Amino acid sequence: MKAHWLTIITFLPLGGALALLLIPSRAWEVIRRVALGFALVEFALAVPLFVWFDGTYGGMQFVERHVWISSPVILYQVGIDGLSLFLVLLAAFLTPLAMLASWPIQTRVKEFFVMLLVLETGMIGVFVALDLFLFYVFWEVMLIPMYFIIGVWGHGRRLYAAIKFFLFTMAGSLLMLVAIIWLYTATGTFDVLWLLDARLSGELALPLAQERWLFLGFFLAFAIKVPLFPFHTWLPDAHVEAPTAGSALLAGVLLKMGAYGLLRYCLPLFPNAAREFAPLIAVLAIVGILYGALVSLVQPDMKKLIAYSSVSHMGFVVLGIMAMNVIGIEGAIYLMLAHGLSTGALFLIAGMLYDRRHTHLISEFGGLATPLPVLSAFLLLACLASLGLPPLINWVGEFLILVGVFQASVTQAVLAALGVVLAAVYLLWMYQRVVFGEVKNEANRALRDLSRRELAILIPLAVLIVVLGLASPLFTRRMEPTAERILHQMESSRYELAESPETPEAPR
Amino acid sequence: MIVPLNDIWRILPEVVLAAFGILIMVAEPFVPRSRKSLLGWLAFVGAVAALAATAVQARHPGFAFNRLVIIDNFSIFLHFLLLAVTALSILASLRYLERENINHGEYYALLLFGSVGMGLMVAANELVLVFLGLETSSIATYVLAGFRRTERKSNEAALKYFLLGSFATAFLLYGIALLFGATGTTFLPEIAAQLRTTDGNLPLALMGTALLFVGLGFKVAMAPFHVWTPDVYEGAPTPVTAFLSTGPKAAAFAVFLRIFFTALAPAHETWFWIIWVSAIATMFVGNLGALVQTNVKRMLAYSSIAHAGYILIAFAARSELGIAAVLFYLVAYALMKLGAFSLVSHISPGEAHQSLEDYAGLHARRPMLAACLTVFLLSLTGLPLTGGFLGKFYIFTAAVQARTLWPDFSTALIGLVILGVVNSAVSVAYYMRVVKVMYMNEPNSNTPPAPVPASLAFVLTLTAVGLLYLGLVPGPMMHFASRAALPLGLP
Repeated sequence: MKAHWLTIITFLPLGGALALLLIPSRAWEVIRRVALGFALVEFALAVPLFVWFDGTYGGMQFVERHVWISSPVILYQVGIDGLSLFLVLLAAFLTPLAMLASWPIQTRVKEFFVMLLVLETGMIGVFVALDLFLFYVFWEVMLIPMYFIIGVWGHGRRLYAAIKFFLFTMAGSLLMLVAIIWLYTATGTFDVLWLLDARLSGELALPLAQERWLFLGFFLAFAIKVPLFPFHTWLPDAHVEAPTAGSALLAGVLLKMGAYGLLRYCLPLFPNAAREFAPLIAVLAIVGILYGALVSLVQPDMKKLIAYSSVSHMGFVVLGIMAMNVIGIEGAIYLMLAHGLSTGALFLIAGMLYDRRHTHLISEFGGLATPLPVLSAFLLLACLASLGLPPLINWVGEFLILVGVFQASVTQAVLAALGVVLAAVYLLWMYQRVVFGEVKNEANRALRDLSRRELAILIPLAVLIVVLGLASPLFTRRMEPTAERILHQMESSRYELAESPETPEAPR
Repeated sequence: MIVPLNDIWRILPEVVLAAFGILIMVAEPFVPRSRKSLLGWLAFVGAVAALAATAVQARHPGFAFNRLVIIDNFSIFLHFLLLAVTALSILASLRYLERENINHGEYYALLLFGSVGMGLMVAANELVLVFLGLETSSIATYVLAGFRRTERKSNEAALKYFLLGSFATAFLLYGIALLFGATGTTFLPEIAAQLRTTDGNLPLALMGTALLFVGLGFKVAMAPFHVWTPDVYEGAPTPVTAFLSTGPKAAAFAVFLRIFFTALAPAHETWFWIIWVSAIATMFVGNLGALVQTNVKRMLAYSSIAHAGYILIAFAARSELGIAAVLFYLVAYALMKLGAFSLVSHISPGEAHQSLEDYAGLHARRPMLAACLTVFLLSLTGLPLTGGFLGKFYIFTAAVQARTLWPDFSTALIGLVILGVVNSAVSVAYYMRVVKVMYMNEPNSNTPPAPVPASLAFVLTLTAVGLLYLGLVPGPMMHFASRAALPLGLP
């Protein structure tokens, strides 16, 4: 059973989606319960992974391997390490919450929940896939449900946002496809496990020029997804126009795929090119941090503010990765989780306000503390977490990243720290305008506070935001060997550089 | 003259098709107007019988008729593909012809005769037979394009196709003549042998090659010989368009491959660049042209041009994987285009207009139709888990891999692949626009599309399921295609 655990987790949501198709559309109340049931079972199945996971080993665990296509050899191979474990858990955790948040959706309910479940399979598949072809398949397949979620159930400019999201991601990923094929013709395999091991043993060594091109091919796809400045322009549109569940999952999970790709593929497979480009990427990350923060400052729209704050936060993640030391990478993984939870929470709360007032404009609110004390409290927690207040979850990530970056470059660390300051400014100012003061808009006076459903969404999030902040060693311990291994994979190829050997043939 | 029995086995599918075609022509006057679709079913039986005959033919590989005909894995593969295309086109036409009131038996006979020509093309070992096969299939399709006799657009299509097609065929014939002049033979292997030994006549042979390229380029609709395509595809009855854009195109590509990879292989260095330039031009013309269309049928016509461009990438790779990739792609392409055009034929009765508007909110009215069209469009875009993606994947892999085979063209091949993916990204915009209209716009016309007739439903299901199957389990088809690639013996 354990041997197939990841496969079960990956395809259970897809099975759920197929099951939903059998239920007639008019039984929409049943449909959403069934969908939620599948998502909860999925999460329940994902949790044991955390328990069984051997935190002292940095390599892949729970590996399952079959041949999928025989010519060229393409594997169905899945496995997780200290990086993907947490992202799988994050995806499995956020999906049921996103479903609960979608309860107010009344149109085409069946299709919506089918799309959410397909999306979950795609998200988890991306994180567990250990074959480049398989990875690409999940990466692309995930686009379709998200396209529909934004395009069908989104807000005003949803059609524009949906196609923009699709085009941007597709453009990047197609170049990645070329790089994947190129890597295949150079090594004779799509097997990520073999490639990573070959990096460790020094068996895999590509000429530097080739490495550069391959790195860029992969990097562009990931940079668009993260999104790194200046590839971020799809993000505000997609996040703002998407329905609440879409925004929460986009910010919570989909953005992590870019950073995941950097850590899983770009760094270990093309370390020399990565080192070469690291300073440039770090600059882009810092620009993103500051730019995202500054743009957030002037947003009149709450959702747009959170969207731009994502650009800023994800800049931190990339910066931590580019520090290329254990602390920086650990911090990056941690901030990925933190951003998933805290920004996810912010989007969900913004969605709850939208359900009540059908607007995201900050100026429409004000003085919400009076009618909505509980919601305001949760919003405060999410804001404080997001701005990196100790001992909440983001703080751990940001702190580790800053320590890591400081070791790499003091200037970068100082500039990045400015981003933390700005985060406090735009989040607290937003909070002040939304929650404090007199109730200016009469429409806000009679608002109902959180329902039980909404509490069921926010309480688990709040608990995790606090627990992951306080008990961080419990989690970082499981990340550390993986971070070390990634760096080790990068190191062991350094001395191969001078020889620029022939392309090696794969053993299988 | 006594024809050896083995020779008959080797052209059995053509014999069967011709026999059924003649039978239909003879029976046509005796079948009452209201029962003409019986002839359609007869033609379908003929096509299926020809498929069975191909299985017989496959047991008798070798030359026939003094080496004019060659039956090898390559021609067998294409026979299966082309006959399946014919059979599905017939099914897709049945109710269409009734609805449009053009239900004549000749239609089916012409489809079968066209297939005879295509079958001979792909099995030709000699240039004159190539020409004969091409003409047979062309003349049948010229008539089919104008089958809606009272429609101005259909007439325009037929006339345009006929005039330009005649020019193209003349070019082809000139090319054959020049090659004959240069090498003294029209047999493909002998031409190659001559080209290898006698360098003196090479300029003449190269002129011949260029003219052949024009003639065949017209048939596969590659830029700059694509100009006829949008008008003809738009004007022809839609099931004919489905047939035109898959069958004759696949046959022409097969001949193209066979001539250039065997007879003209020694001139590879020269024609590589012609193919290279043409591939780029074809992709851009097709995709940019499709981008601005609001007529779905015309958009699909431009997309056919674009897909010819992708196929040319694998062509330029000139490796065994490249040939296999072309063959695999032709199968996937045939499935998606047959499916898409057949579906389009159902949406706008009378073909007054096939604007995007007709598809608005299709998901609410005919969810299965919308789902099938989505599969076709995603496959045309090249998204994973569809045959279209695997096709593109094999094409790109072939081209990237070929850089070790042809070190001189290494950069050119990579550049070609990158332009290929750029074009794929462009194509997202217009394919997804149709998906958007189907799922995200409200229905706006008062007449929902009629229920789908069973024969068409069968075609759509088969093509959609086939595409998903190719996307999930491409192994068997790729295996078949790789074996078919072997006879075009590469260095």
